[in-house]
Amino acid sequence: MRAFDYVRAGDTGEALRQGAGEETRFIAGGTNLLDLMKLEVMAPGKLVDITRLDLGRIGETDEGGLRIGALVTNSDLAADARVRRDWPVLSRALLAGASGQLRNKATTGGNLLQRTRCYYFYDRGEPCNKREPGSGCAAQGGMNRILAILGTSDHCIATHPSDMAVAMQALGARVEIEGQDGAREVELSEFYRLPGDTPHIETVLAPGELITAVILPPPAGGRQVYRKVRDRSSYAFALVSVAAVVTVEEGRIARAQLAFGGLGPMPWRDARVEQALIGETPTKALFDRAADILLADAKGHGGNDFKIPLARRTLAAVLTQATEAAA
Amino acid sequence: MTLETTRHLKHDTPDRDRRLDGMAQGVIGTDMDRPEGALKVSGQATYAAEAHPESMAHGYLVRAATIGRITGSNADAVRAMPGVLHVLEDERMIRNAAQGMAGESPVQKQGRSWYVGQPVACVVAESFEQARHAAQAMMVTIEPDGTHVFDAEAEGAEIETPEKKQVSQGDLDGAMASAAFSVDHDYRTPSMSSAAMEPHASIAQWEDGAVTLRGSYQLLRFNKNELADVLGVSPDKVRILSPYVGGGFGSKLGLAPEAVAAALAAKVLERPVQVVMHRRQVFETVTRRSETKQRIRLACDADGKLTGIGHENLVSQLPEETFSEPVAQGTHFQYAAPNRVVGHHIARIRRPAAGSVRAPGEAVGVTAFEIAVDELAKKAGIDPLEFRLRNVPTEDPETGKPFSSSTMEATLREGARRFGWTHTAPRQRREGEWWIGTGMAGAVRVNMMIEARARVVLTGAGVRVETDMTDIGTGSYAILTQVAAEMLGHAPAQVQTILGDTDLPPASGSGGSFGAASTSTAVYLACMELRERLAAKIGVKEGELTLKDGYAIHANRQTPLSEIMGEEEWRALGHLKPGRAGQDVRQATWGAIFAEVAVNDTTGETRVRRMDGTYACGRVLNLKTARSQCHGGMIWGIGLALTEALEHDPRDGHMVNRDLAEYHVPVNLDVPQLGVHFLEERDDWANPLQAKGIGELAICGSGAAVVNAIENACGVRVRTLPATLDQVMEGLIARG
Repeated sequence: MRAFDYVRAGDTGEALRQGAGEETRFIAGGTNLLDLMKLEVMAPGKLVDITRLDLGRIGETDEGGLRIGALVTNSDLAADARVRRDWPVLSRALLAGASGQLRNKATTGGNLLQRTRCYYFYDRGEPCNKREPGSGCAAQGGMNRILAILGTSDHCIATHPSDMAVAMQALGARVEIEGQDGAREVELSEFYRLPGDTPHIETVLAPGELITAVILPPPAGGRQVYRKVRDRSSYAFALVSVAAVVTVEEGRIARAQLAFGGLGPMPWRDARVEQALIGETPTKALFDRAADILLADAKGHGGNDFKIPLARRTLAAVLTQATEAAA
Repeated sequence: MTLETTRHLKHDTPDRDRRLDGMAQGVIGTDMDRPEGALKVSGQATYAAEAHPESMAHGYLVRAATIGRITGSNADAVRAMPGVLHVLEDERMIRNAAQGMAGESPVQKQGRSWYVGQPVACVVAESFEQARHAAQAMMVTIEPDGTHVFDAEAEGAEIETPEKKQVSQGDLDGAMASAAFSVDHDYRTPSMSSAAMEPHASIAQWEDGAVTLRGSYQLLRFNKNELADVLGVSPDKVRILSPYVGGGFGSKLGLAPEAVAAALAAKVLERPVQVVMHRRQVFETVTRRSETKQRIRLACDADGKLTGIGHENLVSQLPEETFSEPVAQGTHFQYAAPNRVVGHHIARIRRPAAGSVRAPGEAVGVTAFEIAVDELAKKAGIDPLEFRLRNVPTEDPETGKPFSSSTMEATLREGARRFGWTHTAPRQRREGEWWIGTGMAGAVRVNMMIEARARVVLTGAGVRVETDMTDIGTGSYAILTQVAAEMLGHAPAQVQTILGDTDLPPASGSGGSFGAASTSTAVYLACMELRERLAAKIGVKEGELTLKDGYAIHANRQTPLSEIMGEEEWRALGHLKPGRAGQDVRQATWGAIFAEVAVNDTTGETRVRRMDGTYACGRVLNLKTARSQCHGGMIWGIGLALTEALEHDPRDGHMVNRDLAEYHVPVNLDVPQLGVHFLEERDDWANPLQAKGIGELAICGSGAAVVNAIENACGVRVRTLPATLDQVMEGLIARG
């Protein structure tokens, strides 16, 4: 770990002032950042501790949604009665992630910004364009069982590891951001960037900007499912996960919001898949068509080829569950 | 007065006296708590890295990222970094951990990097953080020294076929050709890690030309010689302390690179040096379990009687290592068949060194073999339980030697009864998306004894046991306390057991499941010596002397030992040497394991719902620690069957998933309630305690029960472990 300066900010204004410099990172739970710093995969020169900021609350918005402070822990968010009642897919996704100990530390803002679990990203002995731009991508031609099949580029095939963000993506969440120039809101669907030839730039956050909250729109109702498929029962990242919010009215799908984990460099949402479902009668053939659309551009890299049929089958099972239950 | 006498036993013949059964204290075999348990759960047991001698410096190992000749480094720049005290580039550093019981140095660096991940330097600094940062800044220049092969099955892999390790009896090809039923498949098991919870750590300190190393090791008397050989000093200049060890599973059998680096650096700096390995370094530098490719051929007649057995294995290893995974160790005697072939082939490739990992040989060999047996039983249309019962050997089928005890049939029958085994065709039971099925397997493991010494000291106030034996979480403190308490008639609280110090009499150490029986026998011998002396002093025959609760009872009289002993301290040394009893008969432990699994029809995920093991391993010394050992073994079986695999990069052999996030040991949710049952037996050939190894038995075969249950559940047969969901899903898709 490189030696670094440490500052504890008392409020958001101070955090933004302190966070403005080069090589500066905000730290809250630190569940991912500290590991990466120990390995010197990330080596910030300065950490701004934001845990004293007043961002630890869950409040209701005027429109009937929720405003989740960036410092709300995964444990607290998963246990919130409103979340459990009205946005259950989020609670389930949170509880599918990490371990109890980690969820007690991990925060909402930090979770959105966690880095990929690609083996080669963690290994300074190996080339990785995300860690060291221009060095190459060892995962292609290497072990890529856990890596992405959608949205990849020749430069990077990493996945985003979050469960929470997948549910938020399905729910249509927005991210509240503050910078020295003021506050803004970004749709979560616009928050992440595809790797292209700059896989080291993962989000639209400008240097020094701070996530202050995540906004959930009003309850979508319907049937909500989070299904995570992984290599052991718990404490493993998703190979494929599906978050679904589905409403069936009079035998037809009236609403379908779907997001996927383990498939792409960001919590994956594809409006075309949802459009194909809406207005239709739920059948196996329909779910297959939805999977065809989702996976039309999917590209395996050998070790992860199985994710293509796995995603297809998991999507069908989730849609079956979501539509049967509602019927 | 202090007088130490020694009782030797060369174990040549069965001991039918079964003296433990005649003792009166009543603690042997009970589920007594570990005497050190409270220290461990309250954080007061000091593990290797938890001592903090004054002025201790910290070392951090530097890893080779490529293979070849070391031609230089930026050590000068590193030396200038904050806090750096020394950059150790000593050629005596070892490239990987020593093999178990080597007693001499493993291959030393000598200017080369043999595999990606080898420690090639150690940076020592005032603080751990400074050392780590400087080590990460260190660049070692390595010139490639040719092309290498990284996969045992790849073109160009250099294959050794040691003559002594090949067996051929009868005519297997003929047996296969004329068999009513046969199977001939390749099975594969992956490279695996011990993944002990406590990472390797050492603190070395020199004084007057002698070094004391506080480390985390399993076999101290061997480790002492290994360190002496590496350093070029006499073994009497080396002392090793390992009072508590946070799991070993083979990974701490041999001296590892951190110990050598700490000792070399401490010598240079003339102050204590600690080197703790990062988890990722443990994975790479400590011996792993080799991957295996196992061709298994089985032939049987129409009644399901085996006529031919073939088990030909390919394992991998670095050049110049002596060990190779003894895959067929159990195959030599588990089943009878007149026509037999065992083949053993070693590919010399550049993956990190392989070595003994919990139940070397049988863990993977019995597992694959028991899958093949299941396949043959199915082909023959016979209940796999019944199939095994028809093939119980009456003697060692390869050598004709008798078994010391043969409990295979008993464990199969009792295990089946406990589990409620009924054989069904595959794909009969469905619960929603889940297929439910059951499977079973036999378990077998060789039983070994190792030379061991222990001292027992008796005073009027109590008993003290002293030996360099280790407790690697297995329960040595408990069982040695129990043996002494039982033999000398004391409450366990009156017995103090001191372990893990090479200044004490050299024990067997912990490994190969030989520790409990071997070192307990040494304690037993010392106790017998003390009983004789007590009897002589009282004037009775030893056999007529009853010792209980600190009293000597004889001829209806009860005398406190404090009265007999007065202020005296009696010391006795027990010394066990293995003898002909280990060669004249085939000694083994046996078990039967049954599992119920659910397999998801959509994703291929497998969940183990029920698992039950029945084991016969001689006398059980402590029911609680024995059961814990079996729980651990069964959980390893789940890992072997479903989750654990070290992935090696095809381009340079390096371990890709070398952390506990991506190397998947089973988590709580992967493990159902486990049933463990012991068939108590007295194996007189084993030793005077009639106790045998336990720790490794339960891993042997338990993975096969799970894999066989997957086939029974959903009809998909997996032959490449672990049975990850993608393999099962692809099988489900292929079935349609």
